[in-house]
Amino acid sequence: MNDTLLDLTGVGLAFAGNRVLQDIDFNVPAGAVVSLIGPNGAGKTSLFNCITGFYKPQTGRITFGGHELLDLKPHLVTKAGIARTFQNLRLFREMTVLENVMSGMHCRTRSGAIAAVLRTPRQRKEEREIEAFSRDCLRFVGVDDDLDREATTLAYGHQRRIEIARALATRPKLLLLDEPAAGLNSGEKEDLIALIARIRDERGISVLLIEHDTGLVMKASERVSVLDHGVMIAEGTAREIQNDPKVIEAYLGQDDAEASLGF
Amino acid sequence: MGTFDIITHQLVNGLVLGSFYALVALGYTMIFGVIKLLNFAHGDLYMVGGFIGFLALSAISSVVGGAWPGIFVAMLFSMIAVGCLGVVIERVAYHPMLAAPRLSILITALAVSLVLQNTVLSLTQGQYTAFRSDLGFGGINLGSLFLTYNQMVLVAAAAVLMIALQVFVTRTQYGRAMRAVAIDKDMCELMGINVPAVIGVTFFVGSALAAAAGTMAGAYYGSIWYFMGFLIGLKAFTAAVIGGIGSIPGAMLGGLALGLLEAFGTQIPGIGSEWKDVFSFAVLILVLVFKPTGLLGQSEQERM
Amino acid sequence: MSEQKVFTSRLFGPLSFLFEHRATRWSSIAALILLMAVAPIVFGQYATVILTNALLYVVLALGLNVVVGYAGLLDLGYAAFFAVGAYTVGILTQHFGINFWLTLPIAVCAAALAGVIIGGPTLRLRSDYLAIVTLGFGEIVRLSARNLQITGAASGLSGIEQPWLFGWHIARPIDFYYVFCVLAAIAVIVSIRLANSRLGRAWLYVRHDEDVAEAMGIDRVKVKLAAYIIGAIYGAMAGAFFAVNLGAISPESFSFTQSVLILMAVILGGMGKIPGVILGAFIVILGPELLRDLGSMRLLVFAVGLLLIMLFRPSGIWPGRNAQR
Repeated sequence: MNDTLLDLTGVGLAFAGNRVLQDIDFNVPAGAVVSLIGPNGAGKTSLFNCITGFYKPQTGRITFGGHELLDLKPHLVTKAGIARTFQNLRLFREMTVLENVMSGMHCRTRSGAIAAVLRTPRQRKEEREIEAFSRDCLRFVGVDDDLDREATTLAYGHQRRIEIARALATRPKLLLLDEPAAGLNSGEKEDLIALIARIRDERGISVLLIEHDTGLVMKASERVSVLDHGVMIAEGTAREIQNDPKVIEAYLGQDDAEASLGF
Repeated sequence: MGTFDIITHQLVNGLVLGSFYALVALGYTMIFGVIKLLNFAHGDLYMVGGFIGFLALSAISSVVGGAWPGIFVAMLFSMIAVGCLGVVIERVAYHPMLAAPRLSILITALAVSLVLQNTVLSLTQGQYTAFRSDLGFGGINLGSLFLTYNQMVLVAAAAVLMIALQVFVTRTQYGRAMRAVAIDKDMCELMGINVPAVIGVTFFVGSALAAAAGTMAGAYYGSIWYFMGFLIGLKAFTAAVIGGIGSIPGAMLGGLALGLLEAFGTQIPGIGSEWKDVFSFAVLILVLVFKPTGLLGQSEQERM
Repeated sequence: MSEQKVFTSRLFGPLSFLFEHRATRWSSIAALILLMAVAPIVFGQYATVILTNALLYVVLALGLNVVVGYAGLLDLGYAAFFAVGAYTVGILTQHFGINFWLTLPIAVCAAALAGVIIGGPTLRLRSDYLAIVTLGFGEIVRLSARNLQITGAASGLSGIEQPWLFGWHIARPIDFYYVFCVLAAIAVIVSIRLANSRLGRAWLYVRHDEDVAEAMGIDRVKVKLAAYIIGAIYGAMAGAFFAVNLGAISPESFSFTQSVLILMAVILGGMGKIPGVILGAFIVILGPELLRDLGSMRLLVFAVGLLLIMLFRPSGIWPGRNAQR
């Protein structure tokens, strides 16, 4: 039905003898919200890092809208249309909210040193565009003021949203969110679910998220994939996953199995 | 001279040079191991060691004589003094900067280096100081090679120091703690190891070794100068990197390797003594670009 | 535009109030120009020479500021670029008789090339290694200048001719003073425009968090190389005019000590902040003059000053960190 936007086949990753990912077959359809869940240490962030080019898998292929991603440096992956947020919130320190988001527009603009020194009309127009679009992204995620405050001094919930705005500023086709709900209260989580839906519906951006909060996963995503010890053990709708015995068993190895399954 | 003679001659030169490089490189590598900082001022501790050794020898030579025994006593004195200086520097200048951005601590280390250099510069008006000793020029003949007693004593002394260090690192509590801190400092703190004390001891030992090299070099070459730490610092850094930064056997190996490389490098037609340093720097850059982990070092951690 | 305000405060620190409003901005600049124009007449020839030196250091320090202050790359061998400019001009005018003004674009190209050669290997290095590798390169350049015949070996080049510009023979100290005023002004304007640009921001992103910058689509190789190349061009331009000003150059002007002095100028005033860097340049040049009585202790005073600043006020002697308005 939907075209496949991101496609992983047979991806395997190992570090110094440790098999982190084994023979992963996985895809994200265009215009969808997909979640990736699994116990801690399953390899979810490593999968993100493979997609974004920070890790190089030893086996397999990753294609994105026709491009082969495997040999691309991370900044080229972003240019191709994949953006991400980080598990432990990595905003640029000592820089304002607006400046943080403006970083996303770097790969979509071209003015270099000479244009900057000469202040060519095109450079000035580009600077205005950068600021305008960055403000637009911030408005989209609901951050409207304090734009010239240092980003890391704002409330945690705000910072999470700024990170998303920053990723949106790269004009991605696919957005990778790494535990975007961590540390948010229930009201903020509801906002996040709405935001993810708007990202998909209003901006036409597909979303792949890693999450532990199953309630959120169920409400936000159309499809859920489960990773355990580097192996994809199940895939389906949220409802199907909840009742899958393999999934239950994988989580039973964790202390808070029942809690993490959201029963 | 025949080829064989050239080889043996340079072998000896390389060994002597390499001994100095190794002793200084050891301090670099040990300090890097525990606080992950390249102590830019380390070469200047070698220089200060040379000066203190000279002063000590002048003071005591009437009692212990000015030959090797006297020099070793002076050296011991210098090692203790410079060891303490190293600890003071760590406490005052580096410890407060450990949480600051990387650039800050590097510049601080540079500042310490400049303070040391310029203090001695002021005291000596920038002149070379003759390191007077009663070292003779005797030696033995091995074929056409004339091996001086000084050279033998030097290499032997360096070897003794390195063996002592190896024993310290593998057999004593502090030595083992030092290696543990180099592997995972935070874990060591959690396990109750007194990390600041271990760092202090590391600085003491590393600085003392540099001072030993400085005293011996001063005596051997006969003169000391405020700027002599600069070049040896860079060479020793090169040696530490060749051997693999953070690895103690690596520093010893690297020092030797660099000494030999330099000694034989000067024999390559075209590279006279004036290009010797360019040659060493080129080696440094090539190693860092193509094999940054050196011969025995550990590979970089993964990102993210 | 609030963004403008933030840039201004980051660039100018506490002096930013002077630049925020149109009226104060233009009158401050006018006052400054007037001051600089009459200084030689008021203070005499000796002072003119010193001021010219200070302006030379302003250019050099602003160049190093791009590398260290903006991009965060601790270059301890910056004098190499200074040397490239000076020797390129010296050799081309002396050995090949090329007109000085024509040698400038060649010096720029040579500098850019040097920037790539020196910057290239450092791209993947951590900052400690980067510092020492750049130091090594600085020494390689100095030693090569000392050893090669074409650079005049240890005695260097002499008899470099002073240039002519539309009938004006730039030869007297006061002539060079005005030339360096213009050079310094250009250096300041270029620095401001770069800081306020896409590239300027990219330097900050890469400096603060390289991996995240890359994840945001920034090519850190290009960005770092740009810093080296631009810094090199500053240095080479300074070197070019330095060569014709002195009429003679020798390898000793391009030693590690020189690199350190330029770095001190950048840091003592406040890394990254333009008025601070300018102040630092003046401190480094005027300081030794004022401390003349201390003889060989002059550099020690600076070294101790640098150490104290790093321990107690790492952002330089300019008060206050990035104030949030």
